Amino acid sequence: MGDIPSRSANATAGDLGVTSGHSSGAGSGASPSRYEEPPIGGGGAALPKKARFSMETGFRGISTAAGAMVLVIIIAIAVFLISKAIPALNENTVNFFTYNRWAPNADAPAFGIAVLALGTLLSSVIALVVAVPIALAIALFLTHYAPRRLATPLGFVIDLLAAVPSVVFGLWGRDVLQEPVRDFSVWLNHYFGWIPIFGGEGPFGQSIMLGGLVLAIMVLPIVTSLSREVFQQTPGMNEEAALALGATKWEMVRIAVLPYGKPGVIAAVMLGLGRALGETIALALTLGITWEISFNLIQTGGNSIAANIANSFGEANDTGRGALIASGLLLFAITLVVNMTARAIIYRRREFRDSAA
Amino acid sequence: MSLLDREMPDVVMTSDNLRTRKFPLVANLLVAVAALVVSAAVVLGTGIGNWVLVLVLGGVFYLAGLNFAAGRVEGKRAARNRMWQALIYTACLLAILPLASVVWTLISKGVARLDGDFFGSSMNNIGARDAGGGAYHAIIGTLEQVGIAALIAIPLGVLGAIYLVEYGRGKFAGTVRFFVDVMTGIPSIVAGLFVLSFWVLIVSPWFNDGQPQYSGFAASLALTVLMLPTIVRSTEEMLRLVPGPLREGSYALGVPQWKTILKVVLPTAAPGIVTGVMLAIARAAGETAPVLLVAGGLTRINFDPFDGGQASLALYVYQQAGDASKFAPDRAWTAALTLVAIVLILTIGAKLLARRNKLTR
Repeated sequence: MGDIPSRSANATAGDLGVTSGHSSGAGSGASPSRYEEPPIGGGGAALPKKARFSMETGFRGISTAAGAMVLVIIIAIAVFLISKAIPALNENTVNFFTYNRWAPNADAPAFGIAVLALGTLLSSVIALVVAVPIALAIALFLTHYAPRRLATPLGFVIDLLAAVPSVVFGLWGRDVLQEPVRDFSVWLNHYFGWIPIFGGEGPFGQSIMLGGLVLAIMVLPIVTSLSREVFQQTPGMNEEAALALGATKWEMVRIAVLPYGKPGVIAAVMLGLGRALGETIALALTLGITWEISFNLIQTGGNSIAANIANSFGEANDTGRGALIASGLLLFAITLVVNMTARAIIYRRREFRDSAA
Repeated sequence: MSLLDREMPDVVMTSDNLRTRKFPLVANLLVAVAALVVSAAVVLGTGIGNWVLVLVLGGVFYLAGLNFAAGRVEGKRAARNRMWQALIYTACLLAILPLASVVWTLISKGVARLDGDFFGSSMNNIGARDAGGGAYHAIIGTLEQVGIAALIAIPLGVLGAIYLVEYGRGKFAGTVRFFVDVMTGIPSIVAGLFVLSFWVLIVSPWFNDGQPQYSGFAASLALTVLMLPTIVRSTEEMLRLVPGPLREGSYALGVPQWKTILKVVLPTAAPGIVTGVMLAIARAAGETAPVLLVAGGLTRINFDPFDGGQASLALYVYQQAGDASKFAPDRAWTAALTLVAIVLILTIGAKLLARRNKLTR
C-alpha cells in the first residue's frame, strides 16, 4: 500500500515539537512562539507496483524490523526480568510488598520492598515539590520574560544541566550539598521538631531531604525544557487578545499561557517523576541507607529501590540477584505506567491542537 | 462612566494623567533595602538563624512590601504583576546556584590529580594506603563500550526512524512511535538489570564454559538500550524536516524510494542526525548504573570488551566515591571532571552543529 503514499497521513503526525524535549533541544528557545506545521515529508512515489522481490522490499523490510526492534526490546525486558524474578520470589519466605528488611542471601531468604518503596516515593515527591515551581518559573522566564539575548544562553545552560551525569550530581550532593543541608536540618529540627517529619534526635545529613534535593536538580532541566516548548506554542492570538483586553503581563500568562500549556506541563511533571523514580547512583551516594520505615525527612537514613539495587548488587548471590531483579521489575512497571500516561497526555493534546489549528 | 466617576470624581483627562502612574525604581530599591534591614533585625535580634535566613526572610518581606507599596501607587493588579515577575526572576537565580556550585567544585577539586599519572595508569595493585593510581583502564572501558553501543544503536536507530517517517503507516507505526517515546523514560538501572538477566546470566555462559561472565560488551548492550530511543526520536524529527519537494523531485526522475531515502533524504538530514547521535552518545557515556551491574568493574587494564570485566569512567567515579582510602576522593573528583569534560564537549559540539543545520522548523 505504501507504494502510492499519499503523505497526508503525516500531517497529523508531523509535529514533534512537544516531545523533542531534552533528547534534541536543538533550537534552544529560538524557535518561533507560534506553532507552524513543519514541511511534510514525502511525496507521491508514482512508480507502478512491483510484485517481485526488489531492493525496495528488502530495504522496507529491514527498516520495519528496526522499527519493530523497539517493541521487541520492551517486551524482552519484561520477559527476562519476570523469568529471573519468579524463582527468587518463590523462595521468599515473607511478603514481598510489606516486609521491611532485605536479606535475600540468607538460607531462608526474606526480603521486602516496603522501606524501599516508601523512600523512592518520598524522595521523588520532595524532588517534584522543589523542582516543578522553579522549572515552570524558568520556562516562563525563558519564553515570556527574558530578552532573547539572555534567553538563548540560559536555555543552553539548562540543557547542559541535563547532560551532566548523575554520578557527578551524586558526588556533589554527598561532598558539597550535605553541609548546608545538615545545617538546615538542624535548624528545622530545632524550630519545627514538633512536626513529625522534622523530628528525631539526629544525626542529620545524609537524609531523604538531601537525596530529594539532588533529585530536584536533576529533574529540573527535563521539566523546564518540555514546559518551555509548550509555553512557546501558545497561540500569539490568545496572548495578544489578553493584552488587548487590558491584562497585565502576569494576567496574560495566567489566562492565556498557563491554561493552554496545562496538559503539557502535567506531562512534563510526570516525565520528571519517571526520571526521579528511576534515578540510581545519585541516591545511592546521598542516602544514608537504613531499613526503618520512617517518614522523617531530615534524619540520616532513607533508601530507594534503585539505590538498593546498586548498593546490594555486589554481595548478592543467585537468589539475591533474583530479588534485586524483582524489585527492578516493579520499578520498570511503575515507570512504564508513569511514562505511558505522560506520553498519552502529550499525544492527546497534539491531536486536539492539530484539529483546532 | 460609573467606574470613572467613582475612582476620580473630578479629574479631567489631560495628557498628564492619561498615563498610569509608575512605581519608581528608586522606591523599588528602597523597599528592598528596608526589607533586608527589617529581616536582619528580626533574625539576628532574636538569634533564630544566620545570613541565609536573613536573605530568605528579606525576600519574603520584599515581596510583601513591594505588593503593598506598588499597590498604593499603581493599583492592585499591577502590583501583583510586579510580585510574580520578581518571583520568576528569583527562581531563575535559584536554579543557577547549584549549577555554578557543581562547576566550581568540579574544577577546584578536580585539578588535584589532573596529572599524567592519572591518565596513564590503572588502579591495579593500588592499595588503600597508596597514592597515585589512575583512570586509564576506565577511560579505555568507556570509549570501547560507548563505541560498540554506538555501532549497534546508530544503524538500528536511523533505520527505525526511516521506518517511522518513510514507510510506517497505521496502527503499528503509531504503536512503535509511542513506545519509542516511552522507552526514553526507562530507568538506566532497569536496562542494566535486563542485560544482566538476558546476556550475563543466560547467553554469556554459552561462550564461557557455563560460567556467567561480566564483560564490556554487556555494558555496550545496556547502553544500546538507552541510546536507541534517543537516536530514533531525534533522527525521526530531522527526517520529517526534509522538504517534501526534494523527495518528489527524486521520484519524478524515476529513482526508487529506497534510493531516494539513502541518496537524498539522509544526506539532507545528516547534520541533524549527527547532532542527535552525539547527544545520545554523551548521555550514554555518563551512565553508571548499567555498567555497575554488568561490566564487573575491573581495576586492571583490559582492552578486550568481549572477555572479562571492564571498568568505565562513570563507574570509576562511583567506585572511588565509595572507597575508604583518603586518596580516593581526589581520584573521584578528577575522574568526574574528565567525564563531565567529555560529555560537555560532545554536547556543546552537537549544539553548535545543530546551529549550522539548515533544516529548521
